[in-house]
Amino acid sequence: MDKIDKSTSLWSDALRRLCRNRLALFGAVFLLLIVLFSVFAPWLTQYEYFEQDLVLGAIGPCREHWFGTDTLGRDLFTRVSYGGRISLLVGACATSVSLTIGVLWGTISGYFGGHIDRVMMRIVDIMYALPFTIFVILLMVCFDDVEVRWIDPQLFTLLLLFMAIGAVEWLTMARIVRGQVLTLKQQAFIEAAVTLGLSRRRIILRHLVPNVLGPIIIYTTLTIPSVMLLEAFLSFLGLGVQPPMSSWGLLINEGADAMEEYPWMLIFPGLFLSAALFALNFLGDGLRDALDPKSTGEP
Amino acid sequence: MLLTIDNLHTTFSTHRGTVHAVNGLSLSVAPGETLGIVGESGSGKSVTCYSALGLLPPTATTTGHAWFNGVDMLNCSAADRRRQLGNRIAMIFQDPMTSLNPYLRVGDQLIEPLRLHREISKPDAEARAVEALRETGIHDAERRLRQYPHEFSGGMQQRVMIAMALITEPDLLIADEPTTALDVTVQAQILALIRNLQATRDMGVVFITHDLGIVAGMCDRVAVMYAGRIVETGPTTALFKTPRHPYTVGLQQSLPANQQHGSHLYTIPGNPPDMTEQISGCPFLPRCARAATECGSASMHLEPAGKDQWTACIREQPP
Repeated sequence: MDKIDKSTSLWSDALRRLCRNRLALFGAVFLLLIVLFSVFAPWLTQYEYFEQDLVLGAIGPCREHWFGTDTLGRDLFTRVSYGGRISLLVGACATSVSLTIGVLWGTISGYFGGHIDRVMMRIVDIMYALPFTIFVILLMVCFDDVEVRWIDPQLFTLLLLFMAIGAVEWLTMARIVRGQVLTLKQQAFIEAAVTLGLSRRRIILRHLVPNVLGPIIIYTTLTIPSVMLLEAFLSFLGLGVQPPMSSWGLLINEGADAMEEYPWMLIFPGLFLSAALFALNFLGDGLRDALDPKSTGEP
Repeated sequence: MLLTIDNLHTTFSTHRGTVHAVNGLSLSVAPGETLGIVGESGSGKSVTCYSALGLLPPTATTTGHAWFNGVDMLNCSAADRRRQLGNRIAMIFQDPMTSLNPYLRVGDQLIEPLRLHREISKPDAEARAVEALRETGIHDAERRLRQYPHEFSGGMQQRVMIAMALITEPDLLIADEPTTALDVTVQAQILALIRNLQATRDMGVVFITHDLGIVAGMCDRVAVMYAGRIVETGPTTALFKTPRHPYTVGLQQSLPANQQHGSHLYTIPGNPPDMTEQISGCPFLPRCARAATECGSASMHLEPAGKDQWTACIREQPP
C-alpha cells in the first residue's frame, strides 16, 4: 500500500543544476582534495605525527619539512594532514548527528503540534538552558572510567566527542525546522496531499522535508564550522583529542601561542581550516540553489 | 445515494469559546448528480465537506454520519478513510497556485494517487497521466509533465489539479470554490471542463461556491447554507424561480444583474451571527424582513415546500 517512490527527479535535477554552478563545483572538488589529503596522510609523508626531534626544534618551511616543524620538532605537514582526519570526521559526524536528530525532532514537533509540540519544545528549551561546557565535561567524566573492550579507547573518546557536540548542536536545527514546518503545514498542497489519502509518513518525507531543505542546508553549512571550532575548544580544555594526536583546532591553538616566534605554526593549519570552510560554504550555497526548482542553475 | 451526510455537527474549540460551525446538517448526493452548496463566507460550506470526510484538525469535534459507498467516513479507521480519499473521492481547491508542491515535477504529483491506490507500474501511470492532462485540454502533455508547478499559469495549474483529482476515476468530486482565484475567462473554461468530464464519467459532484451564477449554470440541485445549517434546498430551476426562504430571496436580490442600473446595490442588512453562541430559533431572525415573534422560539427544520423543495422557514413565501 505504502510504496514510496524515490523522488529521483528532485535529486537528479538538483545534481544537474549543481554541475552547472561553477563556484559550487569548485568548492566540491576542493573539499574532496582536502579530504584525500587527510585520508592518505600516511602515504604522503615519511614522518609520524608523534615523531619528535627536540634537537631540531621549531624551524620554518624547508625542503625536508614543507610546512616547517613545531616546538617539539614534529613535522607540521604530517600533523596538519593527520589533524584533518579528526577535524573533518568531527565536522561530518557531529553534524550528521545534529542534522538527523534536529530535522526529525523539528518536523515531528511542528507537524503534530498540540501537546506533542509543547513537550518536545520544552525539552529543547531545557537543553538550551544547560551550560554547554558543564554538560560536556559531565558526559566525558561519566564515561571516562567505563572500560571499553570492543573498541579502541582513543576512538571511544572521539565517539563521545561526536555525541557531545551533536547533542548540543541539534537544538537550533530543531527550532529552525519546526518553524518552517509550522508555516508549511498551513499550505494548501499539504492539505491537498491529505485529501489524496497519503499517510503521514509519506506526507512528511515526500512533501514536507523537501520543502525545508533550503534552510536545513544553509544551517548545516553554518554548523560544520562551529562544530570544528567546538572540537578545538574542547581539545584545548583537555576534553577532546589529546596530544600527540592532532586536529586543526588543536594545531591552531598551539600555533596561536607561538605566533610571534613561529608564525608558520598558526598559518598552515589556519589556512587549511579556512579553505575547507570556504569550500563548504560555496558548496552549501550551490546546493541550496540547486534544490530550488525555481532557480535557473546560474549562480 | 452516493454520499449521505446525516445529522452532522462540527464544533471548534478556540480561545474565544466553542465555535458551532455545522449544526445538524443532512444532505445527500446521487451518482451523476451535481449538488451546489452556496452561502456567505463563514456559513460552513467548506467545513461541512471537510468534516464529512474526516479531514479537520484535532481541534474540531465532529459527530454524525457520512455514508459513502457503504463506509461511514466519520466512524471508520484512518486507514479505511485514506482508502477512499484520493481514490473514490477526489477534491479540488480554491487556489491552484498553492495546491501543488513546488518541489515536485507536475508528473510526479499527478501519478501519486494512482501509485498509491492502484497496483500500477510507473511507466503505465505516466501514460495515464499524459492521457489525463490531454483530457483537461493541456497540449504537449509529455513535456508539461516534466515541468515544475511554477512553470504553469493559474488556469493551467487548476487543470493539473483536476487531472490529478480525476485520474483515479472517482465516484465523487468535491470542488471547493475551484474558480474563485481565476480570472473570468479562465473561470468559464474550467467550469466547462468540469461539466464535460463529469458527463463522460457519470460522477457525483459537490460544488461549493458563493457565486449564484455558477450554481445556475452547473448544478442540478442547490443547498443554501446559513450559520452552519441548510436553510433551503431544491432543484436549481425551482429554487431560483420560487425561492421560499428570505435568505435565498436576499441572496438573489444581491446579484448585480437583478438590480436596476444606477441604483445602490442591494445588500442583506446586518451581519452573519456570532458562531460561538448556540442559536435557538431561526438564525436569520435578526436580519429578516419577515420576522415574527414565533421565529425566535420555534426550532427550525427543513419542511417540504413545493415539488422536491425544502425550506426551513415557518413564514415562508406562499407559492
